[in-house]
Amino acid sequence: MNLILVAVISLGAIGLVSAIILYVASKKFAVYEDPRIGEVAAALPQANCGGCGYPGCSGFAAACVKAGSLEGKLCPVGGQPVMEKVAAILGLEATASEPKVAVVRCNGTCANRPRVTQYDGVRSCAVANSTYGGETGCTFGCLGCGDCVTACQFDAIHMNPETGLPEVDESKCTACGACSKACPRNIIEIRPKGKNNRRVYVQCVNKDKGVVARKACTSACIGCGKCVKVCPFEAITLENNLAYIDPAKCKSCRKCEMECPQGAIVAVNFPPRKPKPEAPAAEAKPAQTVAEA
Amino acid sequence: MKTFRIGGVHPAENKLSAGKAIETLALPKQAVFPLSQHIGAPAVPVVKKGDVVKVGTKIAEAGGFVSAAIFSSVSGKVNKIDSVIDASGYRKPAIFIDVEGDEWEESIDRSTELVKECSLTPEEIVGKIKNAGVVGMGGACFPTHVKLTPPPGCRAECVIINAVECEPYLTADHRLMLEHPDEILVGVGILMRAVKVSKAYIGIENNKPDAIRLMKEKAAAYPGIEVVPLKVKYPQGGEKQLIDAVIGRQVPAPPAIPINVGAVVQNVGTAFAVYEAVQKNKPLFERVVTVTGKSLKNPSNFLTRMGTPMSQLIEAAGGLPEDTGKVIGGGPMMGKALANTEVPICKGSSGVLLMNDKEARRSAPQPCIRCAKCVSACPMGLEPYLLATCSAHGDWERVEHEMIMSCIECGSCQFTCPSHRPMLDYIRLGKGKVGGIIRARNAKK
Amino acid sequence: MANKFIVSLSPHVHGGDSVQKNMYGVIIALIPALLVSLFIFGVGAAIVTLTSVAACVFFEWAITKYIFKRERTTVLDGSAALTGILLAFNLPSNLPVWIIIIGALVAIGIGKMTFGGLGCNPFNPALVGRVFLLISFPVQMTSWPQAGQWASYTDAETGATPLALMKAAIKAGDPSMLSELPSSFNLLIGMSDSCQMGAGCIGEVSALALLLGLAYMLWKKIISWHIPVSILVTVFVFSGLMHLANPVYASPLQHLFTGGLMLGAVFMATDYVTSPMTHKGMIIYGVAIGFLTVVIRTFGAYPEGMSFAILIMNAFTPLINTYCKPKRFGEVVKK
Repeated sequence: MNLILVAVISLGAIGLVSAIILYVASKKFAVYEDPRIGEVAAALPQANCGGCGYPGCSGFAAACVKAGSLEGKLCPVGGQPVMEKVAAILGLEATASEPKVAVVRCNGTCANRPRVTQYDGVRSCAVANSTYGGETGCTFGCLGCGDCVTACQFDAIHMNPETGLPEVDESKCTACGACSKACPRNIIEIRPKGKNNRRVYVQCVNKDKGVVARKACTSACIGCGKCVKVCPFEAITLENNLAYIDPAKCKSCRKCEMECPQGAIVAVNFPPRKPKPEAPAAEAKPAQTVAEA
Repeated sequence: MKTFRIGGVHPAENKLSAGKAIETLALPKQAVFPLSQHIGAPAVPVVKKGDVVKVGTKIAEAGGFVSAAIFSSVSGKVNKIDSVIDASGYRKPAIFIDVEGDEWEESIDRSTELVKECSLTPEEIVGKIKNAGVVGMGGACFPTHVKLTPPPGCRAECVIINAVECEPYLTADHRLMLEHPDEILVGVGILMRAVKVSKAYIGIENNKPDAIRLMKEKAAAYPGIEVVPLKVKYPQGGEKQLIDAVIGRQVPAPPAIPINVGAVVQNVGTAFAVYEAVQKNKPLFERVVTVTGKSLKNPSNFLTRMGTPMSQLIEAAGGLPEDTGKVIGGGPMMGKALANTEVPICKGSSGVLLMNDKEARRSAPQPCIRCAKCVSACPMGLEPYLLATCSAHGDWERVEHEMIMSCIECGSCQFTCPSHRPMLDYIRLGKGKVGGIIRARNAKK
Repeated sequence: MANKFIVSLSPHVHGGDSVQKNMYGVIIALIPALLVSLFIFGVGAAIVTLTSVAACVFFEWAITKYIFKRERTTVLDGSAALTGILLAFNLPSNLPVWIIIIGALVAIGIGKMTFGGLGCNPFNPALVGRVFLLISFPVQMTSWPQAGQWASYTDAETGATPLALMKAAIKAGDPSMLSELPSSFNLLIGMSDSCQMGAGCIGEVSALALLLGLAYMLWKKIISWHIPVSILVTVFVFSGLMHLANPVYASPLQHLFTGGLMLGAVFMATDYVTSPMTHKGMIIYGVAIGFLTVVIRTFGAYPEGMSFAILIMNAFTPLINTYCKPKRFGEVVKK
């Protein structure tokens, strides 16, 4: 009986002392944190991808609370719905944002781009890029070692073993930009998804002269400038032998796609062309078509 | 026998062409001159398409203080200024010249007579070297005039001539010493004059006893020049290792440079080029190149005009063997694997090495067994296994703290690794990243 | 262009060293000790060693193949066989097969593969197996057969080992008990059978054979001298001081040549994976092992402390690696 009493008293005493220490410590060393930071962080996807430009979701939440405005702040993973939730918590206005997606701007498949050397180093694009121009004659195109695949936290990008190129799974891609940062050749671009998920872009980043580029890859942009001429909206610029379509100006008319002799311009998610190719674009944007005419 | 103190490895020497006298290679049909053949800013072309040039005509001038002029090695017409795949494996701008005849600039003294006397002031010497486009001929291609201009607060105490040639296979420097010892010694004298010192050492690895004997014999007539035989150990010819071996001083970690311990290190080929530039008014447009490989019919040493495609050298040495798997510009430890054989010979091309397919392929890497052999082999006292792992994980802060910038990329770690791990690939990656981070930080200050 | 050239960064040549060469080199270095043990323990030693090696190799193969599902198994690199031999060398020669198999499973399965296989284990796998068995089966693990019973296996007659005697002498406080120990010379060459004593584990009977292995490994540059020498010197000095202070503690030579000390110093502590990477670190590690061994031998509950000392220091290896950096080039600025 005595033994039990001693045990109960001593354990109780230890517990009491510990509780007091913990209480004092929690009061003494408490750090004030805006409770809204926690609330905002809870609304975020908690992927901690860094796509917003802040160190993780809590960093982004803190920045949102501190800034007092959501101007220029976007969680690329959650997109508009999450930003609206954040806006509701903070009592702010959510700024409209366009959904984006990662696009791989290289079509140097095994068939299009013959291999001229064999790379025998570490399977890392960053290392291969520092070694030399790559296994093909194109010193700008995809190296195929998959640094972007490793960088993706959403399982949204994979190497296609047949083409040797990475492919983006649009349904999973959050446009966080990790793959784009990982790519040592800046091939992956974060572009607006476009209306109805339809977009037109140049699937090449080769800045070599036409002859050199064509020799290296059958689907390389040769900088001929035909697309620039045909574009009714001045959306295409040609710099260093490479065409670039400005997504802000592009109206997805697909004229350039038809014009490109190399097939370097691609249009994705469009319905198959009808006999009259301009039809879908005309439907979508009647006003501009009239203006052009 | 002197040697450096930390680490080192012993690769098989394979000096196949050591007994072959230097032959002069025929002129190419077209010579190609990449504009960045050296460390520093690319040169700026001063000729245009259609211009007629002679041997020794300046075709591009230095693009800054740390840069070097480029001279035509052939006479003929400028065909175009376009891009070419150089040793880096990327397309770089270059001047293409179609060869017509072999007409030299009149200012060049073409006699073989030895000109010993030099009464120029140090400034005049450095000026002449700069105007001849001389760069370090060992492979790093650092402009020589920059090395001969000590930064304020530093004073040179001695000149060290790097005649170690510790890279396996290569014999260009060895042959140069055997065939032009006097020119080299006069060149060393000029270098001593240029940096105002009275002492010079010529470090030669002990696997070249004939060169050591000859240089010792000849050096007796030149005051202040001492030949130092060195133990055979790679990387004895690393600049910092050589200074440690010869004068027993260690250059502190970067950004310190050899001049901080009073040493000016020049390659033996550079000494020869300096002699020709100063005494013969001959700019740097030709050099000795070793063409070698186990399957090659005639491993040779060629006196080659710059801009000659490597394929021509290989042809002259017996043709490209069937089983060639890898073509290396330079030696096997630090040379660059080339994507094709049309790469032109540049100022820093010390050799062309052909490896057969089996030699060339790396073995599959196995897990690190932490045997610490890389740590023992590292001549800089680093921990290659750690640097490689942290670089692979992108921990740039840690690798900077672990002194990745001290790495000289000699390859001893990877050479010795029983697990065949590609450590240097990752270390180079980390070094590049950390270098960028440091530059960005300095720019901010 | 006909050839597709191979492109990679330098160096383009390799020294030709490999994991296999190192592992088989250590196995070769173990052969003298194995021969001595066969001579002393006969068929028992053969059964224990073969069982242990076979079990270790099997578990390594099975785990890489069926749990890791790796295509390339690492069985052929010799590391599993080496673990098997080292485990066997730390067992008495009369140990039943089923216990050995449990030991092998613990050594390979828990000691090595749970951490990811070769190169990832923090503790020496053979010692993990050994210590597991020592704690789980103390009776079987500490009844050592007397030498010279070539034909017997589990039925061999057992006896106390020199180490147990040393411990008993300390407990009794009677230095005269130590005179029953075989002479240092007999301990060195493994001829303790004349004294009717249990000879110990398979691999630890002959210090000389183990030293021969050390010489071979140093010659082949498989290991550096730092760890074994620092352990042996520390044990010698520390036990020597104790002996001088009080003769009830055995003499330093008796310490050096008994039990698993030589085996541990030469083969177990020098395990690549679990020992420090720098020479400075290796010496700290070796000194600490030597010190801990003597402390456990003289003051601890177990007569032998080598295994525990090595395992304890294995745990410190990452810490040693973090704080012991090699001498960087350029730290010596001027002569």
